[in-house]
Amino acid sequence: MPANAALIGGLIEACREVIAANADHLSELDRAIGDGDHGTNMRRGLEAVYAERSRLAELPLPKALEETGLTLVMSVGGAAGPLYGTLLIEIGRHLAGANGQIDFARAFEHAIDAVARRGRASAGDKTLLDVLYPVHAEVVRRAGLAGIAEEAERAASLTFGMKAIRGRAAFLGDRSVGHVDPGAKSCALLTAAICRFLEEQCPA
Amino acid sequence: MSPKSANVGIVIVSHSPLVAEGAADMVRQMVGDCVPLAWSGGNAEGGLGTHAAGIMAAIERAWSDAGVAVFVDLGGAETNSEMAIEMLGEPRSARVIICDAPLVEGAVMAAAEASGGAALARVVATAEELSP
Repeated sequence: MPANAALIGGLIEACREVIAANADHLSELDRAIGDGDHGTNMRRGLEAVYAERSRLAELPLPKALEETGLTLVMSVGGAAGPLYGTLLIEIGRHLAGANGQIDFARAFEHAIDAVARRGRASAGDKTLLDVLYPVHAEVVRRAGLAGIAEEAERAASLTFGMKAIRGRAAFLGDRSVGHVDPGAKSCALLTAAICRFLEEQCPA
Repeated sequence: MSPKSANVGIVIVSHSPLVAEGAADMVRQMVGDCVPLAWSGGNAEGGLGTHAAGIMAAIERAWSDAGVAVFVDLGGAETNSEMAIEMLGEPRSARVIICDAPLVEGAVMAAAEASGGAALARVVATAEELSP
């Protein structure tokens, strides 16, 4: 296992890189069914986190997750800021289990529920939840990192056929069908980047 | 302490800075200076959108110990306002309420009620009567 600081710093770099490389694509997806700024917003958020990476990397993991979430809330804006922010803040807050052991699956579940409450959305509404739930299921059944990344991509592509119920896309009704949800896509990209990084750090 | 700080504050949140500022201007002209009032509109780069940091700053500007009523336009404004309120932390977060009311009419009605010194619950109820 790498040192905490290297792990946190590396994860931040991996996430920043994948968002920077895909920001235009994410905004393009968002132009089809939203207001076209998801890529720009996410890039601004990840750049803000990247700028703070040395401070964040020195923190214990739960605190680092919480602080990263707050930075995203303050910098991303739109609906994505509070949603991704809530996800990380809540994972951080619940990471330590009852006996002080790290229980990621449990913390992740708490956090996804919090995201669902924050966005008043549920599975099938064509949001990032449609990636988070299947990814959580893979984590629970202890799938390998590559498998989790693949499932995230598959889940994001399934939003293509869904009708949006929440967010700006919901105004489009049936016209929202036939487009991948930008939030689901960024979620899949981040999941894949995190899995790739962890696999490089801790080969099975 | 000046008497005006005893009145409930009003915050207007819109995806558009022009809408937010215009609605706040309308409230100010109709109700005068006796309610603390602030707005947040647009994303961090000045485009359409909302952001929690800006909303939090607006709540700080309109802060009153009697509480603050927040008016929002579309979904993201509500999500970001909820986040901003949480980040204020207890006990202040308990004294800020997002009203389920139309932005312009709600803010004007709430401000009129607040200017008479009504309590937060009364101010919010007055605005929410406008919603079907």
